[in-house]
Amino acid sequence: MKKQTLKKIIPAITLFMALIAFNSCGNNNNASNGKSPDSNNKEIVILGAGSSFDYPLFSKMFDEYHTQNGIKVNYQSVGSGAGISQLTHKTVDFGASDAPMKPEQENDAGAAVIHIPITAGAVTISYNLPGFDQTLQLSPKVLADIFLGKITKWNDANIQAVNPGVKLPATAIVVAHRSDGSGTTNIFTDYLSKVDADWKSKVGTGTAVNWPAGLGGKGNEGVAGLIRQTPGAIGYVELAYAIQNQMPYARIQNQAGKFIQPSIESVTAAANVDIPADGKVLLTNTTADEGYPISGFSWVIIYKEQKYGDNTRAKAEALVNLLNWMIHQGQQYSADLDYAPLSEAAVNVGAKLLESVTFNGQPLLTAKQ
Amino acid sequence: MNTNSISGRLFKSSLAQWGIISLAAICVLPLFFILYYIIASGIKVIDWSFLTHLPKPVGETGGGIANAITGTLIIVIVASVMAVPFGVLSGFFLYEYKNNRLSRWAGVCVDALHGIPSIVIGIVAYFWLVKPMGGFSGISGSLALAVMMLPVVIRSTEETLNSLPPNLREAAMGLGMPLHKIMSRVLLPCGFGGIISGALLAVARVAGETAPLLFTAFGNPFMNADMSQPMQTLPLLIFNYAMSPYTSWQELAWGAAFILLSLVLLLNLITKIITHKWKIQL
Amino acid sequence: MAYPITQPTNNLARTPKTGLVVNNAAQKEKLQHKKAFRAIRFEKIFKGGLPFTGILILALFTAIGLTLVIYAFPSVKALGFSFFWGKVWNPVEHIFGGFPFLIGTLITSFMALIIAVPFALSVAIFLGEYFPKGWLSGFLKGAIDLIAAVPSVIFGFWGFFVLVPVIRNIEFKLGLPANGLGILPAALILAMMIIPYAASLATTMIKMVPADLKEGAYALGATRWEVLKNVIIPKSRSGILSGFLLALGRAIGETMAVTMVIGNANIIPTSIFSTGNTMASVIANEFSEADSPVYFSALIELGLFLFVVTLVINMIGKTIINRTKIS
Repeated sequence: MKKQTLKKIIPAITLFMALIAFNSCGNNNNASNGKSPDSNNKEIVILGAGSSFDYPLFSKMFDEYHTQNGIKVNYQSVGSGAGISQLTHKTVDFGASDAPMKPEQENDAGAAVIHIPITAGAVTISYNLPGFDQTLQLSPKVLADIFLGKITKWNDANIQAVNPGVKLPATAIVVAHRSDGSGTTNIFTDYLSKVDADWKSKVGTGTAVNWPAGLGGKGNEGVAGLIRQTPGAIGYVELAYAIQNQMPYARIQNQAGKFIQPSIESVTAAANVDIPADGKVLLTNTTADEGYPISGFSWVIIYKEQKYGDNTRAKAEALVNLLNWMIHQGQQYSADLDYAPLSEAAVNVGAKLLESVTFNGQPLLTAKQ
Repeated sequence: MNTNSISGRLFKSSLAQWGIISLAAICVLPLFFILYYIIASGIKVIDWSFLTHLPKPVGETGGGIANAITGTLIIVIVASVMAVPFGVLSGFFLYEYKNNRLSRWAGVCVDALHGIPSIVIGIVAYFWLVKPMGGFSGISGSLALAVMMLPVVIRSTEETLNSLPPNLREAAMGLGMPLHKIMSRVLLPCGFGGIISGALLAVARVAGETAPLLFTAFGNPFMNADMSQPMQTLPLLIFNYAMSPYTSWQELAWGAAFILLSLVLLLNLITKIITHKWKIQL
Repeated sequence: MAYPITQPTNNLARTPKTGLVVNNAAQKEKLQHKKAFRAIRFEKIFKGGLPFTGILILALFTAIGLTLVIYAFPSVKALGFSFFWGKVWNPVEHIFGGFPFLIGTLITSFMALIIAVPFALSVAIFLGEYFPKGWLSGFLKGAIDLIAAVPSVIFGFWGFFVLVPVIRNIEFKLGLPANGLGILPAALILAMMIIPYAASLATTMIKMVPADLKEGAYALGATRWEVLKNVIIPKSRSGILSGFLLALGRAIGETMAVTMVIGNANIIPTSIFSTGNTMASVIANEFSEADSPVYFSALIELGLFLFVVTLVINMIGKTIINRTKIS
C-alpha cells in the first residue's frame, strides 16, 4: 500500500507547510527585538513609496534608523507619481515626491495632506560620450533644443559654441528620459519651461510629459542605466546617481550667466529662499549668483489626520517620529551622498507642519525634540 | 540542373532536409546562450553570505538575497496549497462528467484561464485582495499565482486520468465502490506520477512570474515571513535590480537569476523523469 | 426446559461477569450501519459537491472578466471607443490615446510570429517527420521544452545585457541613434519565447497525418520533400495555423521580457529600430502611479482589451485543434 501511504503523506505535508506559512504571521513579532510594539503586539513596519530622486538618501537613512531604533521602513522607489497615487489609495503610509501635489490630486486624496521638505538635490544633465572626457557646458537654450530633438549630433555648432576650445565627436545624440511619473521630470521640465518658450508651448511642465524624442527608463535608476549603457546618450538624473555610477555631468549656465557645477554648495545656494508655511516651493532657475539652476526640494507627504483605515495611534506616532528624525538627525547623512542638508528655515517649516499632524484630533508630536 | 529530373528532385529533397535540420539546430542556440551567460555571471556571486544576508543600501557592496529566496518559497508554497487540491478535484470532475454541459463549459473556461496574460491577473488580484486589505501583501501575490497554476493542474490531472485504462474505473464501479473511493483509492494513486508532474510544472511556471507580483507582493528590502505584508521574490528582485545602474545590485540580480533558473529547470527535469518513468503523455 | 425467550437469536455468549447480554452482533451491525450511512452521506456530499468545482471555475472566470469590465467602465464612459484611435498618451494633460500601444503590440507580436514561423516549422518537421524517435529527437525536444520553461524576466534580463548591446553596435555602425532598445530586440526575444509553443503543437499535428497517405505518396515515387510539401503540410495545415495562432496569443500578452527591452516610449514606432511600448508593458510601468480615476481605468481598459483579444485568439485556436483531433 505504498501509494496509499503516499496519498496520506502529501496532504499532511501540504497542511504542515500551510500551517508553517500562516504561523509565521504570529511568529514575526517574537523574532523582532520587541521594540515599540503596538496594541496588537505586531511589529511596526512603515511602508513608503515614491521618489527615486530620494532613494539613495532614504536607503541610507532607513538603514541607520533601523539600526538605532529597530523600526523597519520599507520604501519602494517607484517614482513620485506612483508615490502620490499609492498615498491617495492609502496603500502606503507616506509618499515621497519631488513634485508637490497638484490641487486636483489633493482633491482625489479626499483628506488634507501635508508636504514636509525632506531634502534638496540637483538634477544633473548626465551624458555618455566616448572620446570626450572633459566636462560639458550647456546653456538653457541648447539644453532645451537637445531635448526637443532639434539638435541631433554632438558636434552641432550650437553645442560647440558653448564649449569653446574642446572638440566634440560626431556621435548621434540619444536622449534618455523617464517613462514613469517622476518628480525629477517635474523639476527638469519646470526649469525648461521657465527658460525656453518653445519648450513651454510644445511640451510644458509635469511629472510625465510627451517627450519629443528619446528612450524611457523607469526611475532615476533606469535613466542612469540607459545613459551608462548607450554611447551618445544624454539624460537627467539626480546627482547621487551620477556620482555613485561615475557618470560625467554638465555645467549648466544659470541666470547670472555662470556655468555652475551641481554640488552641495550650489544646491544650498539655490535653496536659500523663503519657504512658505505649506512647504511647497520650486527652486528652478534660481537667481542666486552661485546657485545651480536645476535644483529642487523633495517632500514626504502624509495625511494630516492619521486616523484612517486600520491605522493605529502607535503606528502614526512611529511615522511622525520617523519624519521628525529625518529632518533633524537624519540630515547628517545627506552630505556624504551629495544631497544638500535642509536649511534652518526649511527644518522649522517641516517641524511646524509635523506638529499639526493629529490622530483623532489629538496632536501626535508631544514634547519630543 | 533540371529540377524536374529525378536527380533534381532528390537534390531539392536533401537541400530541404539540410535546411530544416539547420534551422532546427539554430533554435537550440538561445538556450545555450542564456544558460551560459547566467551560469557564468551568476556563479561568481553565489556564496553562503549571498544566500543568507539581506540586500544592502544602494551603492554599498555585498549583501545577499535571503529575503527574496524566502519570499519566493513562501508565496509559491501557499499558492500551491491553494491551487493543487482544488485543481485535482476539478480535473477529476472534468474526467468523470464528460458529456455534461457544465463540464464542457468548465473545460472552455479552463482553457480561457490558461491564456489570460499574467499582468491582467495581477490587476484582478489587486482589486480582489490589495484594495480591500488596504495594502500590498504576500497573500495577494499567492492568490494571483494560484489562479495561474489552476489551469495547468486541472488540464494535466484530466489528461492523466484520461490516459489511464478505462477498465480500472469500470472495474471499481462494478465492485460498487463509491465515487470518492474510486478517486482516492484507484484513480489518483494510479495517475499519481502524472498529477504530481502537473503540479510541478505549474509551480515551475509561476515561480518565475513577475508581472502578477508587481502590484500585489510589491517587494520588501527586509526579511518578511508575514503574508499580510509585502514580500520580496526572486523575479521581482531580478527585475528591479537588473534595471538599476548599481553594479553591486546587478551582480545580485545575476546570482538571483542563476538560482531562479536552476530551480525552474530542476523542476522541469524532475517532471520529465517522472513522466518518462510512468510513460505518460502530458 | 424452556429456553429463555429474551435471549438473542444469534449465537453469542453471555458475558460471564455481569450476566447481561451484550448484544455484540446487533451493536456491531448498528455500528456498521452508522458507518455505512456516514459513508453514503459523504459520498452524496462528494458526488453532489463535485459539480461545484465546475461551477467555481466558471465563477472564477466570470469574476475576472467582470472585475475588468467594472473598473474599466469609467474610462469607456469618458473616452468611448475612440480611445483606441487616439494617437497621444499624455497622462498629465489627461489625454489618453491607446493607439501607440496597439501598434506597438501588433508590430512586436506579428514580427515575432513571422520570425518564429520558419524555425518552429523546422523543429516540428524535424521532430514529427525526420526523427520521430531516437536520442537526437529526445535531445531537441528536451532543449525546446527547457526554453519554454525559462521565466520571462530572465529572458528580459539576458536580452537587456546581451542582445541589446549587439543591436546597439549594429545601429552605431549604421549611423542610427544607438539605442539598442526598441521594437527589434523585443520582437527577437518574443520570437525565441514562442517558438516552443508553436513547435510543440505543430509537431503533434504533423505526427497525426495518417501513415497510409504518406506511404502511398512514397509508393508513387515522391521524394521526402515532395511528401512533406504535398501531403503532410496540407493535411496538418489547419492544426499548424492554430498552433501559430496560440503562439501569437502568448506573444500579445507577454509583459516582462518586452518591458525590459522595448525602451518604454509612448510613441508610435516608426521603424524596427525605434522604441515604443506595448499594452502589457505600459500597464506594468504605469499602473502603480495612475493617480486620477480616468488614468487608472484607461490602463484597466487596456487590460480588458488584452483579456478579450487573447481570449478570442485562444478560443479560435483551441477549436481548430479540437476539431482536427476529433476528425
